[in-house]
Amino acid sequence: MRKLRLGLIFSRIRHEEKLLILAVQRREDVELVLLNTNRLVLDLDALPEVDVALDREISQSRALHVLNILERNGIRTINSFAAARIGGDKVLTSNCLWKAGVPTPRIKVAFTRESALNAIEALGYPVVLKPVDGSWGRLMARIENRTAAEAILEHKSHLSSYYHGIFYLQEYVNKPGRDIRAFVIGGETVCATYRSAAHWLTNAALGGKTSACPITPDLDDLCVRACQAVGGDAIAVDLMETKDGLTVHEVNCAMEFKASMEAVKVDLPALLIEYCVRTTHGQKERNR
Amino acid sequence: MSACPECGSTLELGPDVIAHEIIDCPSCGIELEVVSVDPITIELAPQEEEDWGE
Repeated sequence: MRKLRLGLIFSRIRHEEKLLILAVQRREDVELVLLNTNRLVLDLDALPEVDVALDREISQSRALHVLNILERNGIRTINSFAAARIGGDKVLTSNCLWKAGVPTPRIKVAFTRESALNAIEALGYPVVLKPVDGSWGRLMARIENRTAAEAILEHKSHLSSYYHGIFYLQEYVNKPGRDIRAFVIGGETVCATYRSAAHWLTNAALGGKTSACPITPDLDDLCVRACQAVGGDAIAVDLMETKDGLTVHEVNCAMEFKASMEAVKVDLPALLIEYCVRTTHGQKERNR
Repeated sequence: MSACPECGSTLELGPDVIAHEIIDCPSCGIELEVVSVDPITIELAPQEEEDWGE
């Protein structure tokens, strides 16, 4: 039987991508095809010859276009274009979680400074303003009062991307100095970590410290449901602990796990590659 | 061995270095990209774009 051709969609080989490449190289049943978007030219008549494509692209816009083209032309992608589209947009994510009954912080969405201010006042202070398509804690604001709200909304109006005209407002959740990042692969929560910081932003990118988090039945159930809600195969679910239980505030499709792997002894790259292989073989069998 | 294009410090790359790999200069901390492994070519890594992330 020929080797499974696994395409890796990327433009930067970070620690995570290197571990994934090494995980593939340890297998005898997988041939790695590097799809470097810095050089990739997608011809609809001559697409890359891969059985499955794993999205590890750092640019959300590039990822969506590559996933869409590959998927629409019969190539299995992980994650799917639909899941990546949802995961990359906080409005779409919140809506999917809400509709699926997954506990998630209350949000309001507005499209003008005036209506955003009304929404902020309705949610009450403090409130969190997030870019719809942001990551790594970028351009996040915890707004404490009306004066700050007016200033931040005015500043945001000068940012160039049209996405900054979509105001995603989220209720502020008082969390215990940490949040949780859990990794779901193929319907199973495989590991989880706490991310702790004195600052209200706990992203590892901003210096949050990671430590192992036990996977309780509640945590597992919630993470799997969140993954299902957005249609994901392999995603990182971000949760907060509240007095009323866990709440999911974000999902991430091209999940980063460098910091988490330092805290938990789980071979995430191997699990992810195994999932790609197992499910692609399964799909091929069903298609016979 | 190569040198950091930012600070000039010597960079010692491991035997398993991969083309397009991102490394940090151990001296100045700047992000670098291994543009090529044959020959070894190091450049400053591209700057963060607005749509980068997970």
